[in-house]
Amino acid sequence: MEKRDYHITSETGIHARPATLLVQTASKFDAKSTLAYQGKSVDLKSIMGVMSLGVGQGSDVSVSVDGDDAAAALDAIDETMKKEGLV
Amino acid sequence: MLNYVSIKNFAKDNDLTVLVGEEYLDNKRIYVSDISRPGLELTGYFDYYPHERIQLFGMTEISFANQLTPDERLNVFTKMCTESTPVFLISRDLTPPKELIEAAEKNKMPVLISKLPTTRLSSVITDYLDYKLAERQSIHGVLVDIYGTGILLTGNSGIGKSETALELVQRGHRLIADDRVDVFQQDEKTIVGEAPSILKHLLEIRGIGIVDVMNLFGVGAVRQSTPISLIVNLENWDPKASYDRLGSADDYQTIFDVDVPKMTIPVKVGRNLSIIIEVAAMNFRAKNLGFDATKVFENQLTELIEQNKQDNQGDVN
Repeated sequence: MEKRDYHITSETGIHARPATLLVQTASKFDAKSTLAYQGKSVDLKSIMGVMSLGVGQGSDVSVSVDGDDAAAALDAIDETMKKEGLV
Repeated sequence: MLNYVSIKNFAKDNDLTVLVGEEYLDNKRIYVSDISRPGLELTGYFDYYPHERIQLFGMTEISFANQLTPDERLNVFTKMCTESTPVFLISRDLTPPKELIEAAEKNKMPVLISKLPTTRLSSVITDYLDYKLAERQSIHGVLVDIYGTGILLTGNSGIGKSETALELVQRGHRLIADDRVDVFQQDEKTIVGEAPSILKHLLEIRGIGIVDVMNLFGVGAVRQSTPISLIVNLENWDPKASYDRLGSADDYQTIFDVDVPKMTIPVKVGRNLSIIIEVAAMNFRAKNLGFDATKVFENQLTELIEQNKQDNQGDVN
Protein backbone atom coordinates (compact mmCIF):
# COMPACT_ATOMS: atom_id res chain seq x y z
CA MET A 1 0.00 0.00 0.00
CA GLU A 2 1.24 3.46 -0.92
CA LYS A 3 0.40 6.48 1.20
CA ARG A 4 1.09 10.18 0.82
CA ASP A 5 0.18 13.17 3.04
CA TYR A 6 -0.92 16.55 1.76
CA HIS A 7 -1.47 19.97 3.27
CA ILE A 8 -4.29 21.67 1.32
CA THR A 9 -3.37 25.25 0.48
CA SER A 10 -5.99 26.15 -2.09
CA GLU A 11 -8.42 28.89 -1.05
CA THR A 12 -11.56 26.93 -1.96
CA GLY A 13 -10.38 23.60 -0.49
CA ILE A 14 -11.53 20.41 -2.19
CA HIS A 15 -14.66 21.88 -3.73
CA ALA A 16 -16.93 20.30 -6.36
CA ARG A 17 -14.66 20.85 -9.34
CA PRO A 18 -11.34 19.61 -7.90
CA ALA A 19 -13.21 16.76 -6.19
CA THR A 20 -14.63 15.68 -9.57
CA LEU A 21 -11.17 15.73 -11.12
CA LEU A 22 -9.58 13.77 -8.27
CA VAL A 23 -12.32 11.13 -8.53
CA GLN A 24 -11.92 10.94 -12.29
CA THR A 25 -8.19 10.44 -11.92
CA ALA A 26 -8.54 7.76 -9.25
CA SER A 27 -11.23 5.96 -11.28
CA LYS A 28 -8.81 5.42 -14.15
CA PHE A 29 -6.91 2.85 -12.07
CA ASP A 30 -7.87 -0.53 -10.68
CA ALA A 31 -6.16 0.16 -7.35
CA LYS A 32 -8.36 1.06 -4.42
CA SER A 33 -7.74 4.64 -3.29
CA THR A 34 -8.83 6.21 -0.06
CA LEU A 35 -8.84 9.79 1.16
CA ALA A 36 -8.54 10.32 4.90
CA TYR A 37 -9.28 13.53 6.80
CA GLN A 38 -9.81 14.04 10.53
CA GLY A 39 -10.12 10.35 11.23
CA LYS A 40 -12.69 9.79 8.50
CA SER A 41 -11.76 8.00 5.33
CA VAL A 42 -13.70 7.79 2.08
CA ASP A 43 -13.33 6.02 -1.24
CA LEU A 44 -11.48 8.38 -3.57
CA LYS A 45 -13.56 7.01 -6.46
CA SER A 46 -16.79 8.22 -4.88
CA ILE A 47 -17.56 11.83 -5.64
CA MET A 48 -20.18 12.28 -2.94
CA GLY A 49 -17.86 10.66 -0.41
CA VAL A 50 -14.97 12.99 -1.23
CA MET A 51 -17.14 16.08 -1.08
CA SER A 52 -18.80 15.01 2.16
CA LEU A 53 -15.48 15.61 3.95
CA GLY A 54 -15.65 19.32 3.11
CA VAL A 55 -11.86 19.62 3.12
CA GLY A 56 -10.97 23.29 3.58
CA GLN A 57 -7.84 25.37 3.23
CA GLY A 58 -5.19 24.43 5.77
CA SER A 59 -6.40 20.85 6.19
CA ASP A 60 -4.11 17.85 6.38
CA VAL A 61 -5.27 14.85 4.37
CA SER A 62 -3.74 11.59 3.33
CA VAL A 63 -4.21 9.48 0.25
CA SER A 64 -3.73 5.70 0.46
CA VAL A 65 -3.64 3.52 -2.62
CA ASP A 66 -3.67 -0.25 -2.61
CA GLY A 67 -3.42 -2.55 -5.63
CA ASP A 68 -1.28 -3.61 -8.57
CA ASP A 69 -1.13 -0.18 -10.19
CA ALA A 70 -0.96 1.69 -6.86
CA ALA A 71 2.27 3.53 -7.65
CA ALA A 72 0.99 4.83 -10.98
CA ALA A 73 -2.34 5.77 -9.43
CA LEU A 74 -0.70 7.71 -6.63
CA ASP A 75 1.51 9.57 -9.11
CA ALA A 76 -1.53 10.52 -11.18
CA ILE A 77 -3.46 11.69 -8.09
CA ASP A 78 -0.39 13.63 -7.00
CA GLU A 79 -0.24 15.30 -10.39
CA THR A 80 -3.95 16.26 -10.26
CA MET A 81 -3.50 17.69 -6.74
CA LYS A 82 -0.69 19.92 -8.00
CA LYS A 83 -2.32 20.82 -11.30
CA GLU A 84 -5.49 21.91 -9.54
CA GLY A 85 -3.47 24.02 -7.11
CA LEU A 86 -4.78 22.08 -4.13
CA VAL A 87 -1.34 21.70 -2.56
CA MET B 1 -38.50 23.51 -50.90
CA LEU B 2 -40.71 26.47 -50.22
CA ASN B 3 -43.57 25.79 -47.82
CA TYR B 4 -47.02 26.92 -48.83
CA VAL B 5 -50.66 26.51 -47.88
CA SER B 6 -53.31 26.12 -50.56
CA ILE B 7 -56.37 28.32 -50.22
CA LYS B 8 -58.49 25.18 -50.09
CA ASN B 9 -56.77 23.93 -46.91
CA PHE B 10 -56.55 27.44 -45.54
CA ALA B 11 -60.33 27.85 -45.82
CA LYS B 12 -61.06 24.39 -44.46
CA ASP B 13 -58.68 24.61 -41.47
CA ASN B 14 -59.89 28.04 -40.39
CA ASP B 15 -63.65 27.56 -40.92
CA LEU B 16 -63.84 30.21 -43.63
CA THR B 17 -66.77 30.40 -46.02
CA VAL B 18 -66.02 30.68 -49.71
CA LEU B 19 -67.77 33.65 -51.27
CA VAL B 20 -66.04 33.62 -54.63
CA GLY B 21 -63.84 31.11 -56.40
CA GLU B 22 -64.84 27.67 -55.11
CA GLU B 23 -63.56 26.22 -58.41
CA TYR B 24 -60.08 27.74 -58.31
CA LEU B 25 -59.16 27.38 -54.63
CA ASP B 26 -56.40 24.93 -55.53
CA ASN B 27 -54.65 27.33 -57.89
CA LYS B 28 -53.76 29.95 -55.31
CA ARG B 29 -51.19 29.44 -52.57
CA ILE B 30 -50.06 31.36 -49.50
CA TYR B 31 -46.28 31.56 -49.04
CA VAL B 32 -45.97 34.23 -46.35
CA SER B 33 -47.57 34.48 -42.93
CA ASP B 34 -47.81 38.28 -42.95
CA ILE B 35 -51.22 39.81 -43.37
CA SER B 36 -52.01 43.06 -45.16
CA ARG B 37 -54.92 45.35 -44.36
CA PRO B 38 -55.13 47.38 -47.54
CA GLY B 39 -56.12 50.77 -46.14
CA LEU B 40 -53.81 53.07 -48.07
CA GLU B 41 -54.31 51.03 -51.22
CA LEU B 42 -58.00 51.95 -51.11
CA THR B 43 -56.94 55.59 -51.41
CA GLY B 44 -55.01 54.70 -54.55
CA TYR B 45 -51.50 54.42 -53.08
CA PHE B 46 -49.96 51.22 -54.52
CA ASP B 47 -46.19 52.03 -54.38
CA TYR B 48 -45.56 49.54 -51.60
CA TYR B 49 -48.52 47.20 -52.04
CA PRO B 50 -47.64 43.90 -50.30
CA HIS B 51 -49.23 41.89 -53.12
CA GLU B 52 -48.00 38.47 -51.90
CA ARG B 53 -49.91 38.71 -48.63
CA ILE B 54 -53.43 37.83 -47.64
CA GLN B 55 -55.54 40.98 -48.01
CA LEU B 56 -57.76 41.33 -44.97
CA PHE B 57 -60.80 43.60 -45.09
CA GLY B 58 -62.33 44.64 -41.78
CA MET B 59 -64.87 47.25 -40.80
CA THR B 60 -62.46 50.15 -41.50
CA GLU B 61 -61.57 49.02 -45.01
CA ILE B 62 -65.12 48.11 -46.04
CA SER B 63 -66.69 51.32 -44.69
CA PHE B 64 -64.00 53.44 -46.32
CA ALA B 65 -64.50 51.63 -49.62
CA ASN B 66 -68.21 52.31 -49.44
CA GLN B 67 -67.51 56.05 -49.54
CA LEU B 68 -65.68 55.79 -52.86
CA THR B 69 -67.44 56.03 -56.22
CA PRO B 70 -68.22 52.70 -57.95
CA ASP B 71 -65.53 53.43 -60.57
CA GLU B 72 -62.90 54.14 -57.94
CA ARG B 73 -63.83 50.97 -56.10
CA LEU B 74 -63.62 48.77 -59.18
CA ASN B 75 -60.28 50.38 -60.03
CA VAL B 76 -58.60 49.81 -56.64
CA PHE B 77 -60.01 46.29 -56.17
CA THR B 78 -58.84 45.33 -59.66
CA LYS B 79 -55.38 46.68 -58.87
CA MET B 80 -55.28 44.55 -55.72
CA CYS B 81 -55.90 41.38 -57.73
CA THR B 82 -52.31 40.70 -58.73
CA GLU B 83 -51.14 37.28 -59.91
CA SER B 84 -49.31 36.61 -56.62
CA THR B 85 -52.04 37.85 -54.26
CA PRO B 86 -53.38 34.71 -52.62
CA VAL B 87 -56.81 35.69 -51.31
CA PHE B 88 -59.19 38.42 -50.19
CA LEU B 89 -60.46 37.80 -46.70
CA ILE B 90 -63.40 39.55 -45.09
CA SER B 91 -64.03 39.57 -41.32
CA ARG B 92 -67.14 39.91 -39.12
CA ASP B 93 -69.43 38.57 -41.85
CA LEU B 94 -69.35 42.01 -43.47
CA THR B 95 -70.99 42.49 -46.86
CA PRO B 96 -68.29 43.42 -49.36
CA PRO B 97 -68.99 46.07 -52.03
CA LYS B 98 -70.15 44.44 -55.25
CA GLU B 99 -67.15 45.88 -57.13
CA LEU B 100 -64.88 43.75 -54.90
CA ILE B 101 -66.76 40.61 -55.99
CA GLU B 102 -66.75 41.79 -59.60
CA ALA B 103 -62.98 42.41 -59.62
CA ALA B 104 -62.35 39.11 -57.85
CA GLU B 105 -64.45 37.05 -60.24
CA LYS B 106 -62.84 38.67 -63.26
CA ASN B 107 -59.30 38.00 -61.97
CA LYS B 108 -59.97 34.57 -60.47
CA MET B 109 -59.23 35.82 -56.96
CA PRO B 110 -60.81 33.73 -54.17
CA VAL B 111 -62.82 35.68 -51.59
CA LEU B 112 -63.32 34.13 -48.15
CA ILE B 113 -65.40 35.35 -45.27
CA SER B 114 -65.26 34.78 -41.51
CA LYS B 115 -67.51 35.50 -38.55
CA LEU B 116 -64.57 36.52 -36.35
CA PRO B 117 -63.73 40.15 -35.52
CA THR B 118 -60.79 41.46 -37.55
CA THR B 119 -58.06 41.47 -34.86
CA ARG B 120 -59.02 38.02 -33.61
CA LEU B 121 -59.12 36.65 -37.15
CA SER B 122 -55.78 38.21 -37.91
CA SER B 123 -54.11 36.59 -34.88
CA VAL B 124 -55.70 33.18 -35.50
CA ILE B 125 -54.48 33.24 -39.09
CA THR B 126 -50.99 34.44 -38.19
CA ASP B 127 -50.61 31.55 -35.72
CA TYR B 128 -51.94 29.09 -38.26
CA LEU B 129 -49.66 30.30 -41.05
CA ASP B 130 -46.59 30.53 -38.78
CA TYR B 131 -47.17 26.89 -37.89
CA LYS B 132 -47.82 25.75 -41.45
CA LEU B 133 -45.10 27.79 -43.14
CA ALA B 134 -42.31 27.30 -40.57
CA GLU B 135 -39.14 25.76 -41.94
CA ARG B 136 -38.93 22.13 -40.82
CA GLN B 137 -35.99 19.86 -40.08
CA SER B 138 -36.00 16.13 -39.42
CA ILE B 139 -34.03 14.76 -36.49
CA HIS B 140 -33.26 11.10 -35.85
CA GLY B 141 -34.60 10.41 -32.39
CA VAL B 142 -37.62 9.74 -30.25
CA LEU B 143 -39.76 12.48 -28.76
CA VAL B 144 -41.61 11.79 -25.52
CA ASP B 145 -43.55 13.88 -23.05
CA ILE B 146 -42.54 13.12 -19.48
CA TYR B 147 -44.58 14.91 -16.79
CA GLY B 148 -45.32 17.62 -19.34
CA THR B 149 -41.68 18.12 -20.34
CA GLY B 150 -40.79 17.38 -23.96
CA ILE B 151 -37.70 15.19 -24.05
CA LEU B 152 -35.93 14.31 -27.27
CA LEU B 153 -33.97 11.06 -27.01
CA THR B 154 -31.09 10.87 -29.46
CA GLY B 155 -28.28 8.39 -29.98
CA ASN B 156 -27.03 5.87 -32.46
CA SER B 157 -29.32 3.37 -34.07
CA GLY B 158 -29.83 0.30 -31.90
CA ILE B 159 -28.94 1.97 -28.60
CA GLY B 160 -32.49 1.45 -27.33
CA LYS B 161 -34.36 4.71 -27.88
CA SER B 162 -37.58 3.06 -29.00
CA GLU B 163 -37.46 0.42 -26.25
CA THR B 164 -36.93 3.18 -23.69
CA ALA B 165 -39.88 5.08 -25.15
CA LEU B 166 -42.02 1.95 -24.87
CA GLU B 167 -41.13 1.59 -21.23
CA LEU B 168 -41.86 5.28 -20.63
CA VAL B 169 -45.27 4.89 -22.27
CA GLN B 170 -45.89 1.87 -20.06
CA ARG B 171 -45.08 4.06 -17.07
CA GLY B 172 -47.75 6.55 -18.09
CA HIS B 173 -45.84 9.01 -20.25
CA ARG B 174 -46.63 10.01 -23.81
CA LEU B 175 -45.13 9.30 -27.18
CA ILE B 176 -45.00 12.03 -29.78
CA ALA B 177 -42.70 10.60 -32.43
CA ASP B 178 -40.42 7.62 -32.96
CA ASP B 179 -37.40 7.45 -35.23
CA ARG B 180 -38.03 10.66 -37.12
CA VAL B 181 -38.99 13.85 -35.36
CA ASP B 182 -39.95 16.86 -37.45
CA VAL B 183 -39.03 20.08 -35.71
CA PHE B 184 -39.69 23.74 -36.33
CA GLN B 185 -39.04 26.95 -34.46
CA GLN B 186 -42.22 28.35 -32.95
CA ASP B 187 -40.73 31.52 -31.52
CA GLU B 188 -37.37 32.91 -30.35
CA LYS B 189 -37.04 30.37 -27.55
CA THR B 190 -39.15 27.39 -28.58
CA ILE B 191 -38.53 24.39 -30.78
CA VAL B 192 -41.57 22.22 -31.35
CA GLY B 193 -41.40 18.60 -32.47
CA GLU B 194 -44.03 16.39 -34.05
CA ALA B 195 -44.27 13.11 -35.95
CA PRO B 196 -44.51 13.01 -39.73
CA SER B 197 -48.18 12.05 -40.30
CA ILE B 198 -47.34 8.58 -41.64
CA LEU B 199 -45.43 7.68 -38.46
CA LYS B 200 -47.91 9.17 -36.01
CA HIS B 201 -48.41 7.04 -32.84
CA LEU B 202 -46.17 4.29 -34.15
CA LEU B 203 -43.13 2.70 -32.53
CA GLU B 204 -40.81 0.24 -34.18
CA ILE B 205 -39.54 -2.38 -31.77
CA ARG B 206 -36.93 -4.82 -33.01
CA GLY B 207 -38.28 -8.33 -32.90
CA ILE B 208 -41.92 -7.24 -32.71
CA GLY B 209 -42.22 -4.83 -35.60
CA ILE B 210 -44.54 -1.86 -35.76
CA VAL B 211 -46.59 -1.12 -32.68
CA ASP B 212 -49.49 1.34 -32.66
CA VAL B 213 -49.15 2.98 -29.26
CA MET B 214 -52.55 4.67 -29.34
CA ASN B 215 -54.24 1.41 -30.18
CA LEU B 216 -52.49 -0.58 -27.47
CA PHE B 217 -52.19 1.99 -24.69
CA GLY B 218 -55.03 4.40 -25.43
CA VAL B 219 -55.29 8.08 -26.30
CA GLY B 220 -53.61 9.07 -23.05
CA ALA B 221 -50.37 7.55 -24.30
CA VAL B 222 -49.85 9.85 -27.28
CA ARG B 223 -49.54 13.52 -28.00
CA GLN B 224 -49.52 15.35 -31.34
CA SER B 225 -46.67 17.75 -30.70
CA THR B 226 -44.65 19.23 -27.88
CA PRO B 227 -42.02 21.91 -27.31
CA ILE B 228 -38.62 20.25 -26.86
CA SER B 229 -37.26 21.27 -23.44
CA LEU B 230 -34.36 18.87 -23.12
CA ILE B 231 -32.29 16.60 -25.33
CA VAL B 232 -31.11 13.36 -23.75
CA ASN B 233 -28.34 11.81 -25.78
CA LEU B 234 -27.81 8.10 -25.15
CA GLU B 235 -24.39 6.66 -25.82
CA ASN B 236 -22.60 3.43 -25.09
CA TRP B 237 -20.84 3.46 -21.76
CA ASP B 238 -17.18 4.17 -22.33
CA PRO B 239 -15.10 3.37 -19.23
CA LYS B 240 -12.49 5.88 -20.35
CA ALA B 241 -14.90 8.77 -20.94
CA SER B 242 -15.81 11.08 -18.09
CA TYR B 243 -19.50 11.82 -17.56
CA ASP B 244 -21.15 14.71 -15.81
CA ARG B 245 -21.15 13.66 -12.17
CA LEU B 246 -22.69 16.69 -10.53
CA GLY B 247 -25.18 17.91 -13.09
CA SER B 248 -23.30 21.16 -13.45
CA ALA B 249 -22.26 20.82 -17.09
CA ASP B 250 -23.98 23.27 -19.43
CA ASP B 251 -24.32 21.48 -22.72
CA TYR B 252 -26.53 22.60 -25.58
CA GLN B 253 -27.55 21.54 -29.03
CA THR B 254 -28.56 24.28 -31.42
CA ILE B 255 -31.69 23.63 -33.48
CA PHE B 256 -32.44 26.50 -35.86
CA ASP B 257 -31.70 29.55 -33.64
CA VAL B 258 -32.47 27.95 -30.29
CA ASP B 259 -29.96 26.43 -27.85
CA VAL B 260 -31.72 23.40 -26.40
CA PRO B 261 -30.22 22.05 -23.13
CA LYS B 262 -28.63 18.67 -23.65
CA MET B 263 -27.34 15.91 -21.40
CA THR B 264 -25.52 12.69 -22.20
CA ILE B 265 -26.49 9.49 -20.46
CA PRO B 266 -24.23 6.46 -20.78
CA VAL B 267 -25.99 3.20 -21.54
CA LYS B 268 -24.85 0.05 -19.81
CA VAL B 269 -26.48 -3.35 -19.34
CA GLY B 270 -28.46 -3.30 -16.14
CA ARG B 271 -29.06 0.45 -16.06
CA ASN B 272 -32.75 1.18 -16.10
CA LEU B 273 -32.85 3.90 -18.71
CA SER B 274 -36.49 4.83 -18.49
CA ILE B 275 -36.25 5.55 -14.78
CA ILE B 276 -33.04 7.52 -15.27
CA ILE B 277 -34.68 9.59 -18.00
CA GLU B 278 -37.79 10.08 -15.89
CA VAL B 279 -35.62 11.41 -13.08
CA ALA B 280 -33.69 13.60 -15.52
CA ALA B 281 -37.00 15.11 -16.62
CA MET B 282 -38.14 15.72 -13.04
CA ASN B 283 -34.78 17.21 -12.07
CA PHE B 284 -34.90 19.47 -15.13
CA ARG B 285 -38.40 20.62 -14.15
CA ALA B 286 -37.29 21.24 -10.58
CA LYS B 287 -34.39 23.34 -11.86
CA ASN B 288 -36.78 25.41 -13.97
CA LEU B 289 -39.01 25.88 -10.95
CA GLY B 290 -36.00 27.29 -9.09
CA PHE B 291 -34.75 24.28 -7.17
CA ASP B 292 -31.34 23.20 -8.38
CA ALA B 293 -30.09 20.36 -6.18
CA THR B 294 -26.54 20.75 -7.49
CA LYS B 295 -26.44 24.45 -6.60
CA VAL B 296 -27.92 23.88 -3.16
CA PHE B 297 -25.40 21.14 -2.49
CA GLU B 298 -22.51 23.28 -3.71
CA ASN B 299 -23.54 26.11 -1.42
CA GLN B 300 -23.71 23.76 1.54
CA LEU B 301 -20.32 22.37 0.58
CA THR B 302 -18.87 25.88 0.48
CA GLU B 303 -20.15 26.46 4.00
CA LEU B 304 -18.71 23.19 5.28
CA ILE B 305 -15.33 23.90 3.69
CA GLU B 306 -15.33 27.40 5.16
CA GLN B 307 -16.16 25.96 8.58
CA ASN B 308 -13.30 23.46 8.39
CA LYS B 309 -10.96 26.21 7.22
CA GLN B 310 -11.86 28.33 10.26
CA ASP B 311 -11.24 25.32 12.50
CA ASN B 312 -7.84 24.79 10.86
CA GLN B 313 -6.90 28.41 11.54
CA GLY B 314 -8.11 28.04 15.12
CA ASP B 315 -5.74 25.10 15.55
CA VAL B 316 -2.75 27.13 14.36
CA ASN B 317 -3.40 30.09 16.67
